[in-house]
Amino acid sequence: MAGGISAFAWASPVWRAIRPAAELLPSGVRALIPSGGWRIYTVADSMPRFDPKRWRLRIDGLVARPRELSYDELLALPRTEQVSTFHCVTGWTVENVRWAGVRFRDLLAFVKPMPQAHALRFVSSEVPYEDSLTLAQVQLVDAMLAYEMDGRPLRREHGAPARVVIPEMYGYKNVKWVERIELVPHPLDGFWEKLGYDRDAWVGRSNRA
Amino acid sequence: MPDLRYIRRFSRTERALHWVHASAFLILLASGLVLYLPSLSERVSRRPLIKAVHLWTAVAWIAALALVVLFGDRAGFRRTLRELDRFDADDRRWLRGRPAPQGRFNAGQKLNAAVSAALAVLFAVSGFLLWYGERDTRFRFASTLLVHDGLMYVFLVLLVGHLYLAVIHPNTRHALRGITLGTVEAKWARQHHPKWRE
Repeated sequence: MAGGISAFAWASPVWRAIRPAAELLPSGVRALIPSGGWRIYTVADSMPRFDPKRWRLRIDGLVARPRELSYDELLALPRTEQVSTFHCVTGWTVENVRWAGVRFRDLLAFVKPMPQAHALRFVSSEVPYEDSLTLAQVQLVDAMLAYEMDGRPLRREHGAPARVVIPEMYGYKNVKWVERIELVPHPLDGFWEKLGYDRDAWVGRSNRA
Repeated sequence: MPDLRYIRRFSRTERALHWVHASAFLILLASGLVLYLPSLSERVSRRPLIKAVHLWTAVAWIAALALVVLFGDRAGFRRTLRELDRFDADDRRWLRGRPAPQGRFNAGQKLNAAVSAALAVLFAVSGFLLWYGERDTRFRFASTLLVHDGLMYVFLVLLVGHLYLAVIHPNTRHALRGITLGTVEAKWARQHHPKWRE
């Protein structure tokens, strides 16, 4: 039994050690094992479905020019790509995710935030999920609003058509299915923060005892 | 007048414990896979509901086990536990692949019972921590999820082996009658479990 409980200590290194061994399995078997290690976390009773014709991204709040972007208009903004690691606060990690999307500075140039705006509130189509980041945080070099993952348009379960990507923070700050970005005076508690999670979810430095 | 061709192998308490485990495990496995595999998560997409099913099945599983032991044949259950715990010289020989007479449980069944019980406890502990860690971040550990998921793979392998022996393997599949009806053929028992004395 003690050997069993100690698994909490040795599980991570063992898992890392045997994961490459999974490559040796026949592809049929491998298809059953979740590749990459993504898990799909949602909080609502249904998963938003993306309709390219009707979808709009609303950017409003403390801005000089509130805007609604269609999917095509979003894709027409300056495109950027990056490879980064995705960390979930529950302990799983996906390395080398290839994202493509728009930097927030390019998105915000569009709407001209007012001087009193210091944070962005991301509202998901997955009601009631939302979260917010400060203006400084969204200007980190690898933060973006992503619409492509691993060379394909963002898949439904990953937040189609657009999600926040901020690799320095745990996944719960990387809001999926973003449909509204509201400029606000200061950050607000998001879905998990209302349940006691840290507002600044720095990977490795937050949500600790 | 009892039918002399059959002898009782499992009491009602033992059978109830087995089927509580079996049914809870299958529901937990199905709901767990929906929570775990992205393609299933997307197709089902009602995560809060599936999470509740998973959680309450686990609670019902533990509660049902406690009730069966509490209101069942407790003395018999303790005797069975002692039987499972005792590995004699024949058992050790059997585990090394040599022929050796076996009791009501063969050494493989004893080993399977011990491993399953230990892993089930670990499953319950890691599951509780997953649930509680979501409510109190001090109880969230980086390895909890890996332990829980890893246990699923180990149990899946055990389950496949168990089902093979219980349903397909010609020498052992008669045991399925014992765990469903309680009795097995006396002839089969003498042949495969010669040291078993009622």
